[in-house]
Amino acid sequence: MNPISMLGQLGRAVLTVMAAFGRVAIFALDALSHMLRPPFYPREFGVALLNIGWLSLPVVGLTAIFTGGALALQIYAGGARFNAEAVVPQIVAIGMVRELGPVLVGLMIAARVTSSIAAEIATMKVTEQIDALVTLSTHPMKYLVAPRVLAALLTVPALVAVGDIIGIAGGYTVAVQNLGFNSAAYLRNTVDFLEMRDIVSSLVKGAAFGTIAAIMGCYYGMNSGRGAQGVGRATKGSVEAAAVLILAANFVLTGVFFSL
Amino acid sequence: MIKLGNVKKSFGDNHVLQGLNLEIPKGSSMVIIGGSGTGKSVALKCILGLITPDSGTITVDGQDARKGDRDAFLAKFGMLFQGGALFDSLPVWQNVAFRLLRGSLKRPADEAREIAIEKLRRVGLKPDVADRLPAELSGGMQKRVGLARAIAAEPEIIFFDEPTTGLDPIMSGVINDLIREIVVEMGATAMTITHDMSSVRAIADNVAMLHNGVIQWTGPVADMDASGDPHLDQFIHGRAEGPIEAVR
Repeated sequence: MNPISMLGQLGRAVLTVMAAFGRVAIFALDALSHMLRPPFYPREFGVALLNIGWLSLPVVGLTAIFTGGALALQIYAGGARFNAEAVVPQIVAIGMVRELGPVLVGLMIAARVTSSIAAEIATMKVTEQIDALVTLSTHPMKYLVAPRVLAALLTVPALVAVGDIIGIAGGYTVAVQNLGFNSAAYLRNTVDFLEMRDIVSSLVKGAAFGTIAAIMGCYYGMNSGRGAQGVGRATKGSVEAAAVLILAANFVLTGVFFSL
Repeated sequence: MIKLGNVKKSFGDNHVLQGLNLEIPKGSSMVIIGGSGTGKSVALKCILGLITPDSGTITVDGQDARKGDRDAFLAKFGMLFQGGALFDSLPVWQNVAFRLLRGSLKRPADEAREIAIEKLRRVGLKPDVADRLPAELSGGMQKRVGLARAIAAEPEIIFFDEPTTGLDPIMSGVINDLIREIVVEMGATAMTITHDMSSVRAIADNVAMLHNGVIQWTGPVADMDASGDPHLDQFIHGRAEGPIEAVR
């Protein structure tokens, strides 16, 4: 293969990626604009709140409690190498709140919610339900997309807060029950060490990750191909894209918060 | 009146509509026939604005279909989709009353439910169906619910996309009779696309045959058998031999 044709292929690949980013960005702006303009669909918003927020609590709680516990064990074992076992409460708190809480909740939401949104909307597209919505004078962006994105924007920070607390509780349980930490001292160290900016950064990350997860689910669903294969591809693509974008956004947001 | 003038639509190299001209007089029932992939559904979706034609004009009652108030335009239409396209997360009555529960035609939920039950009764379904989910219904019942939804807001124009596909002959006959009765009763303009010749004879005032992206033949249903058009003749008699190539 000659260098010119390789350069051409590289150029085409870059253009394809940039075009995809452009389409997602336009879709996201369209979705956000529909969230602000009537008509609004409170019933669909309520259902989305329930599905994205309330019904995600078990998976978020279980993920957080095991991660918090494992984190306490790791920090204790690692800290013992340089006589720093006592830092377990502080590192568990900061690790869960700043990083693991939002990222794990974001990835769990990508797995649970993004896939479900993409599969549901893609199936609606394949079975002409989206065309039916249009003929019934209902804008699919307003009826299907805006309520889900708004619900994710509002509920995922709450899920992150719950995940942070449960993760810290997991670390606390392991530290107190297995590693011989004093209960009151562990809690005091945790509370004293956390700053308001840690909590704010956690919640802001949650809002960003929730928005990404919902938008990717809706985007892939609305642009799915035909048939069962189209629904499968949309679902798989939405989860992959949401997970990668969440991790990329986490890196960017972490950098932003450190620079403030 | 619905009027399509020289409408063209391509998907890549596939030139589906190649200058479609068609007039559907107000209050009449037009059935469009043609082989699979000849663009019948594309034509219908172009009128509704679900697909944007590459060129040509589409007017409804003299008004350009692509200009003006979109909600007011769509409020004139009811549509029965091929697979029903019922919203599986909503019970039957909310599917039927969908338009009456939101938007410019919104009314109280009790009233909308009453209208939905009345429309279900009109298509031969009992009120106890109202609270079931679409997945709990048979194919024929789903078609009837789709029909009830299409007529719920008393539209001026009703589209039927393959209304009898997937139904047994008896149920097909029932749906055809219902469509004819309802269209006459409402005085609506109807456009149906189908392969089913029994539907054509039961529903149509006029027939148009679509072939190679243009209207091959159009005229009153009574003239169809004596049209002298070899394409139409081959189609209505279901012959493999003739000017329309049949892939074996």
